[in-house]
Amino acid sequence: MDNKNWKAWLYLLPAVAFLGAFMVYPLADVLVYSFEEGYNSASQTFFGTGLYNYSYVLHDPYFLQAVKNTFILVIITVPISTGIALLISLGLNSVRRLRELYQTVFFLPYVTNTLAVGLVFMILFKKTPYSDGMVNLLINWFGGESVDFIDGPYWAKMFVMCFYTVWVVMPFKILILTSALASVNQDYYRAAKIDGTSKFRIFTRITLPMISPMVFYLIITGFIGAFKAYSDEVALFGTDLNAAGMNTIVGYVYDMLYGNSGGYPSYASASALILFAIVFTITVINLLISRKNVHY
Amino acid sequence: MDYDRIEQRARRRETIRKAITYFLLSLWALIVLFPFYWMILSSLKSYSAYNSEYIPKFYTLTPTLQNYRDAFTAVPLSRYFLNTLIFTLATTAIMLVVILFAAFAFARLDFPGKNAVFALFLALMMIPNELVIITNFVTITNWGLRNTFTGLILPSVTSVFYIYLLKENFEQIPDELYKAAKVDGTSDLKYLFKVMLPICQPTMVTITILKIIECWNAYVWPRLITDDEAYFLVSNGIQEIRENGFGRENIPAMMAAVVVISVPLIVLFLIFRKKVMAGVSRGGTKG
Repeated sequence: MDNKNWKAWLYLLPAVAFLGAFMVYPLADVLVYSFEEGYNSASQTFFGTGLYNYSYVLHDPYFLQAVKNTFILVIITVPISTGIALLISLGLNSVRRLRELYQTVFFLPYVTNTLAVGLVFMILFKKTPYSDGMVNLLINWFGGESVDFIDGPYWAKMFVMCFYTVWVVMPFKILILTSALASVNQDYYRAAKIDGTSKFRIFTRITLPMISPMVFYLIITGFIGAFKAYSDEVALFGTDLNAAGMNTIVGYVYDMLYGNSGGYPSYASASALILFAIVFTITVINLLISRKNVHY
Repeated sequence: MDYDRIEQRARRRETIRKAITYFLLSLWALIVLFPFYWMILSSLKSYSAYNSEYIPKFYTLTPTLQNYRDAFTAVPLSRYFLNTLIFTLATTAIMLVVILFAAFAFARLDFPGKNAVFALFLALMMIPNELVIITNFVTITNWGLRNTFTGLILPSVTSVFYIYLLKENFEQIPDELYKAAKVDGTSDLKYLFKVMLPICQPTMVTITILKIIECWNAYVWPRLITDDEAYFLVSNGIQEIRENGFGRENIPAMMAAVVVISVPLIVLFLIFRKKVMAGVSRGGTKG
């Protein structure tokens, strides 16, 4: 028996070692970092412990800008993407011909490299001296003025950022919602048909309650994902997000860690923990709301 | 009441509803596909043709492959490509071994504290990557592993979620099979590779594909841990090309690079479409 125990731990050893070194230890360490004041990564010394790092981060205009950007992004993209995904899934569910083709096409953004395709979006939206770009051409057709979406006004940059984020997150939501819709018991619909229930009523009284767990799942993961936005922004606006005024909280963490403004793991840790606190709070709120409204 | 008229009206309404549905689905399909069309189109336009179009054209009559030649010669795209391939294959292979052993231990072996350790593993699933990446960056730097494949690969060779997925799958295999193998004197290791692995092959394939997608698109960690171009992956490679490549704003060549980077995953997806979609709906996290 003893021999067997020893063997079992041997099988677990690689996983335990990697998780210990790269997940458990860092978790403790990030807390330590966030309370070490004036930490110097070259000499590995610090001169005090306390809440200074948090206070620094919370007073940093770049951080506040990042928080603002992230919140706007979350508030706009989560409802819009979930709503459109629901519409598309309902549409997909009601047609038979070409359904597989549509599903395949809709899934494509999931398997593309965000950084690479983000460049295409940048080119579509960018206004240069040589060309106003594809999107501005469309705007001009409808009689609008050209706008520089990449280096222009704040709302225009925010629009591209939200548009691209929705484009990227859509495949996952469509996939989850179509399979949720397909798994609703057809007997309910047949019963409703016999009763002559209207389409709208069928949707609000049968479809929506039946898929509500999945909708809430998507809203929760959508919130978490959008709060961690970073790569999409780099793809559109380049690595110097602070200069573009389009930084996100995660972007701020990485900028503090590395790059031209980097070398401050303490500030990075403090801001990462603040982000974690925000995400945690919002997830708890979401769960509380869903417990009240979701039909299981 | 004219029964025919009612039926006709109902049919007409149904047709209109169908038409609107197809229109909306096609509209979204167009939004999804247009960037892909645009990147292929732009990659086929010559540098001078692209820059002389103040109003961009939706087609080109003189397609050229020069941009693809530029993408592979003017910038080290093939190097980025090769690096990504090594990184993806090594990470995926090591991870498969690690999770295979861990899942086997949890599913088949009995040892004190098993449930407690497994609960601890599950708890780790809730830890966001952003929180641990700071220390990992410092750790890898202190170990002198920046700008090495080891440094790139090490932190991403375990996944609690995949261990969980595989363990669930292993537990569906009846106990009798294991006992029969034990009676026959089969070793644990042999049983794992000769019996469990073949039975759970579908799950292994799904995990492999999901991990390959994840590795191919990895950006944050490679960017933090490499500043030597010799170790860039396609994600930070394309960013480098955007910011310093080609010496001038050569958008057609940039688009050619984007096409080259996007093709492998799209091909993989089209081949394993059903598996990828089933896998993502079980364990996808993006979005």
